[in-house]
Parts: sequence; C-alpha cells; structure tokens
Amino acid sequence: MKGSKLVSLFVGLTAAAASGAAHAAAWYFQTPASKMAQDIDWLHQVLMWIILVIFVGVFGFMFYACYAHRKSIGHKAEQFHENTTVEILWTVIPALILIVIAWPVTKVVIAQKDTSAPDLTIKVTGYQWKWGYDYLRGEGEGISFVSTLSTPREQIEGRAPKGEHYLLEVDNEMVVPIGKKVRIITTAADVIHAWWIPALGAKQDAIPGFLRDIWFRAEQTGTFRGQCTELCGKEHGYMPIVVRVVSGEDYAKWVGEQKKAMAAAADDPGKTWELRELVARGERIYAANCVACHQAAGQGLAAMKAPALAGSKVVIGAEQGPIDTVLNGRPNTAMQAFDKQLSDTDIAAVITYTRNSWGNKASDVQPAEVKARRK
Amino acid sequence: MSSVANDHAHPHGHGHEHHDHHGAHHGPYGGVMRWITTTNHKDIGTLYLWFSFIMFSVGGLMAVGIRMELFSPGLQVMDPDFFNQLTTMHGLIMVFGAIMPVFVGFANWQIPMMIGAPDMAFARLNNWSFWLLPFAATLLVLSFFMPGGAPGVGWTLYAPLTVQMGIGMDLTIFAVHILGMSSILGSINIITTILNMRAPGMTLMRMPLFVWTWLITAYLLVAAMPVLAGAVTMTLTDRHFGTTFFNAAGGGDPVLYQHIFWFFGHPEVYIIALPGFGVISQVIPAFSRKPLFGYASMVYATSAIAIISFIVWAHHMYTVGMPVTGQLFFMYATMIIAVPTGVKVFNWVATMWKGSLTFETPMLFALGFLFMFTLGGFTGLVLAVVPIDIQMHDTYYVVAHFHYVMVAGALFAAFAGVYFWLPKWTGRMYNERLGQIHFWLTLIFFNMIFFVQHFLGMAGMPRRIPDYHPMFELWNKISSLGAFGMGLAQILFLYIVVKTIRSGEPAPQRPWEGADSLEWTHLPTPPPYHTFETQPVIK
Repeated sequence: MKGSKLVSLFVGLTAAAASGAAHAAAWYFQTPASKMAQDIDWLHQVLMWIILVIFVGVFGFMFYACYAHRKSIGHKAEQFHENTTVEILWTVIPALILIVIAWPVTKVVIAQKDTSAPDLTIKVTGYQWKWGYDYLRGEGEGISFVSTLSTPREQIEGRAPKGEHYLLEVDNEMVVPIGKKVRIITTAADVIHAWWIPALGAKQDAIPGFLRDIWFRAEQTGTFRGQCTELCGKEHGYMPIVVRVVSGEDYAKWVGEQKKAMAAAADDPGKTWELRELVARGERIYAANCVACHQAAGQGLAAMKAPALAGSKVVIGAEQGPIDTVLNGRPNTAMQAFDKQLSDTDIAAVITYTRNSWGNKASDVQPAEVKARRK
Repeated sequence: MSSVANDHAHPHGHGHEHHDHHGAHHGPYGGVMRWITTTNHKDIGTLYLWFSFIMFSVGGLMAVGIRMELFSPGLQVMDPDFFNQLTTMHGLIMVFGAIMPVFVGFANWQIPMMIGAPDMAFARLNNWSFWLLPFAATLLVLSFFMPGGAPGVGWTLYAPLTVQMGIGMDLTIFAVHILGMSSILGSINIITTILNMRAPGMTLMRMPLFVWTWLITAYLLVAAMPVLAGAVTMTLTDRHFGTTFFNAAGGGDPVLYQHIFWFFGHPEVYIIALPGFGVISQVIPAFSRKPLFGYASMVYATSAIAIISFIVWAHHMYTVGMPVTGQLFFMYATMIIAVPTGVKVFNWVATMWKGSLTFETPMLFALGFLFMFTLGGFTGLVLAVVPIDIQMHDTYYVVAHFHYVMVAGALFAAFAGVYFWLPKWTGRMYNERLGQIHFWLTLIFFNMIFFVQHFLGMAGMPRRIPDYHPMFELWNKISSLGAFGMGLAQILFLYIVVKTIRSGEPAPQRPWEGADSLEWTHLPTPPPYHTFETQPVIK
C-alpha cells in the first residue's frame, strides 16, 4: 500500500536524521550551578508531577469513554447534562491545587528579586551584537571589556567543521568568583537584548535607557554558556554570553592580570602610527564590529541598510566624514555610536583599514584626529 | 437581471414575498462580480474561509522556509536577516490572515443560521469587512519587496528594533491598521446580529455555544484591536515624526510598547481560542449524541476567561524587570485562568461520558483539539510560574507552548468545524476515509514539529535564531521533517475539500445524528441562498 511505504520512508528519514546528529541531544535543563537554578528545576518537577496526575486522570476518563461508550458496541446515550455537586467540585479543587502551587513559588519569586547586599556588581550592556561588561563595585572594580562571538565565520558558513562550543564561545569571558553574590545590572545601547545563563537561572532583559538588575550566586566552578534571548536584529543568534566561575584565589589572580593588561593596552595617545600598523589592527576591529553588516569584502548589505564601504565617497573622502560616522553612528539604523565602545586608536585603525582595503586608497587616520572630533 | 439587482438594492431579510418563489435559484450576480459585490452572509463566509486558507498556505510556506534553515546548524539556506523576516511574517500572517479570518468565516456562515436570522445585521459593512483583508494581506506580502525587505522584528513588533527597519515596517503597520479595522467592523456586525436578530424564542441562554463564544469574542475584539492600532501608530510616529514614545533619550520607554502590545496581545489569545471552543462545543455533543454538559457553566466560564484575559498581559513580560508585586499579581491572575479553562475541559469530557460515541473526522479533530489544547494549557500553567518562566522565556519551550494552543487548539478546531459543516455548506459529503487520513497525518506531524521543541527550550535554545549549537540538532531535524510532512498533509486537505465541492455524494439534511442546532433541524442541505426570511419560532 502506498501509505505504508510513505510511513516507512518517513521513519527511515527520521532515524537517519537521529543517527546523523554528532552531539548527544540535550532535552532537559542544564545542570544547575546555583540555588536559584536548583529551585527552578525543583518547582518545575513538582509542577510536572501534578500536571501528569491531572492529565492522566482527565484523559483517563476521556479514553475510557471513547472505549466503553462507543455507539459501535451498542452503548446508548444517557441524556444528563448537569450536576451541580460535580461542577462545584471541579471548580474548587483546581483552585485549591493552584493555591498549593502558588505558596512555594511566591517564596522563590521574592528571593529572586532580592538584589540587596551584593559582593560584586557588574554592569552588562547589550550592543548589536555583543556584550559590554563593566565591573562597578567589589573586587575587580574598574575592569571593563567587550565580549564578542569568537566562532569563526568559516564554521557558521559550513566551510570548516563546527567546534565544541559552536556559537557559545566568546573572546572575553565574564569571570566571577564562586560563592559570592553577584548583582548584574543590565542596560543596552541600541535595542532590547536579554542576558541569560541557564545554569545560573539568571535572565534579564537589557533595555536601552533603563537599568534593571538580577543576581546570582554560583555554587560551582566552571564555564557556563548562554545566548541573547530577545530578538535584537540580524545577528541576534550570534551574541552568546559566557560566564567563567573560578575560586576566590583564581579570581584575585584574574583581576590582577586584567588590571595589568588594561594598563598595557592603554595606548600612548600622542603616538603617530604607521599606516601598516593601523591597517593590521583595524582588520581585527572590523572583523569584530563591522563585518556583520558591511560584509567581509566591504560590499555592504541592503537588508541592513548598510552601504558598501568599498568605493564609498564618505569612506575615502575627508577624514572627519568617517570619523563622525563611527563616533556618533547613524540614527535609526544598526550603525551605532562607537564612541564609548572603541578607543581613539581602535577607531583610527578601523577607519584606516576601510580607507585602504578592497581597492580603496586614502590617507591614514591618526588617534589624535579622532580625539579632536569627540564631543 | 433586473430582479437580481433589485434584490441587492434592498436590505436582505425582511421577508419580501417574491423571495419565496425564487428559492435557491434566486441568486446573485454571476462571475467574479458576485464575490465582489456580495452582501450575502454565506458568500462572505465562503470568501473568508478561502482567504484564510490562502493565507494559511502562504504562512505555512514561510514556516517551511524557517524549518529548512533550522534543519542543520550553520547557515545554509538564507541569511539571518531574511530568517527574521520570515519568522515575523509567518506570525503576522498566521494570526491575522489565517486563524482570525477562518473563524469569522464560520461566524458568517453559521451565526445567522444558528439563531434563525436571515443574514448579518449590516450586510454591506460585512462585504467591506472582508474586502479590507486582501488589501492588508497584499501590503504584508509587498513588504518583502521593499528596500530592506519585510520587518525582521518578530510578530510582536517590539520597539525600538522597529525604528531600525526599512519601509517594509510602514507597510506592515498600515496592514495592521486595516486588519484591525476589518476585525472591529466584523465584530460590531456580529454583536448586533446576535443581540438583535435572534428568532422569537431563541433566548440568549438557548443559543448554541458557538454563538455565545463568538458574542464574547466580538466584545474582546472591539476592546483589544484599537489598543494594537494605537501601539503601532505610536511606532509609526516614532519612526517618522520625531516622537519618542518608546525612546528613553526623549523621555519614552521601550517597555511601554510591550505593555500596550500585550494589553491587546493576551485578549488576542482568547480571540483566537474562544471561537474554537465554540466549534468544539457543537461537535462533541453531536458525536456523543448527548446534550452539552454544563451549558450554563460553559457560558460563565467563557465570560470569566474573557474578563480575566484583560488583567494578565504582563505575564508575557516577566523578564523586563517588574517589581516583585507586579510579578506576583500577574502570576496569580494567570493561574486563576486555569480554573475556568479546566471547567471547560471537564465539561467536554463529561459530555462524552455515557454518550453514544462515533468517531467521524470532525470528532477526531475535536478529540485531537481536546487532548493537545489541554497539553498547551498545562505548559501555559508552567509558564505562568514566574521563576520557571524566567528560565523558559523566549526559548523554544514558549514556541512549543503557543503552537499547541494556536495550532492544536485553533487550527484543529477549525478543521473540526470545516468537516462538520462542509456537508451543510456544499450539500455534499466529504470522503470520510481521506478525512481521517488527513487527521492522523496532521496529528502525527504536528507533534513531530512541536513536541520536541519543549526539549529544545528547556535545554536552552532561544527562539528566533537561525543557527544553533549541535546539541540541539536532533530535535531540530525531527521538527523540520515534521514541518515538511505537515505542509504536504494540508495539500490532501485542499484535495478533500475541492473533491467534496465537485463530486461528493449528496448529503442529507442532517448527516450527523446528534446535531441539533437550527441549521440541521430547520434548513435543507445545501441551504438556499437566502434562509430564514421568515424567522422560525423556537419553542
């Protein structure tokens, strides 16, 4: 029969699909790494048991009726159509069950909202499409970095095999100490994003122009991965969040390294750079910040209203043109103001790169020129 | 011809003598003008139903596109921006183009016949309510061909992402305006028809439950649609006229958009679900050969759901950072909805209890509805719980949840209704065997698509992403295969309907033994073009 052939074809395809998947399929919550995530897991399990019991009960009746009260076995319909006692019971009992559920849930909600007395406060800023971290208070105060997807484009486009942490890896991980109450303050620079680490049970929208907060206390060391969970435009799927939880000593060591690195990375503002140096540095900045819209060959992307940079009159024109565009952005487009995200040297480098790539040829831009155009 | 034109120049349904002589032959214009100029509730019902099927196909193709990209990790078929455009338009087209119109189609065909009225109260308004829709649909589809393409912001059209979009966003906003206008006009018509045009003796508490659910739905539409129109208009002025409703830099608030949108959006869930409840409440008693259990409590439960639906909107927004009291209020209110919804499910099961059951296609779809809508209701309860929702918000768990409500709920109810009333409408029986095959294919493929998405969401896959980690690959593959199968199964549905219209066996006046509303008991099959020009007296 035709139908059965189709069925077997389909089963075959599904089985092939199943065996073709390289990774073990995840199907339940990630292992909790905080009390909050544990509580969520526990609440979910309790709720699922209650639901299962009700479900089996109600549909037990339905399937029994389907079996025993069939016309085909000669069952005659009775004509009753109300029963006040039963109707009151099945209104009141579910209401009571709900109250029983609401009690423990309320306690968790209240605990979840209590962001008071943190050991460490970190501001998280969502950008299209990366995360900025500023350690505001506590050990490590003053540390500040931007965290971007580090999965190479070749893996995304299928030109290289996918790595172990495909799409869930970043260049700069957020590092926090174990056992400390970490308060996360979220905000955003452009559109709404959402910061989420499933294993910590922490999710909060990052809203442009507003501050919101959540907290977590990691109870085991390790690297925990999440993704932006609020649609934020084209590269929404490509702005992961990685939190590395380390011991207190390792955290102190990390803080020391970061401070040293930040001091070393601070460029001499008066230095005059070679064109070659700027282009090399600019290529990296471009890959991290610009390539999603303006594309690898500088050809732009109409869907994002991102113009081609190759051959662009603005790019190769007078220097203040590109400098102002990068510093201040273009309103109502994904072209954001980079003045707070990139240093003068970075901006000078990326502009110099675009002015000297894909057939463009123009003078270099020095950090001092960028500084002069800052408002 | 003159008598035809004359007929159209008069409002229908005042029992003109000559109508009786012409009967079924006394018809409309011929050809396409019949459909453009028609003021007949049956014609307009048919238009709504075909329109919604076309939109269902368009939205379904978009879903297949989405599932093609998600078949494997990495980017294979489309760029992420086009993916976002597809998810946005799939949602808008399915909600506003497919599900809402299909039930308005049912309302047009059924309400006058079920309450013994000759037509809808405002026959010309009815024509206009429908003919607004194709223009709105055209705007939506045209947005794909604008510079920058269709908006890639999700069907919820959240600010301030909407401000970054191209001109396609404006077309979408105007489309939403027009759709809203159509819905409001249609609702006013339905409310007036039900309240003023019932046959003598058809008291409110004697109306078939389908009519009740539509009366309540129409009030929801009148209350909710203007709010949506306001939200998208504010988006429009933020985009072009320098206002800053949703921009903090100008004193606005992006979250304000979400509050306004969901104040519309949650009642919208019930706008979609309630008419489906009505259909199911007709089908289950008919195939149980037993009156609906707890008729009065059904009416009260439906009203309670409708009223509570206006005070739960922020449960879509637990992660925006509300005060703890806000979260608790919206959680408790949401959980309360489970009570009247439970009452409905219990009533349906009790209707079947000790009945004399048969399982023709409409009943199968009704049982599929009952089983899976309840599943969607339970995941709704899970999502009502704030801490769990914070973990699941904007993941595939939510996608699975609302598809269980919208597809296994509304779409299955619509299929049940189509198979139930198709014999009455066309005068011909569908092929029972093919109908049952259509049911089983739809059921299996639906669960293949969406059941596994619960796992994806719990394991941490966000929604609206075109690419994912390989640990999500297995479920995505199953889901995609299910989607392709689901799409193919609907071609069978189209074939069944067309075959019924063309060459089905003639149907008797009352093909379903247990069906007892007026269209079965008082009208021949198929019903003549004008029915109940003299209203029946209900005893």
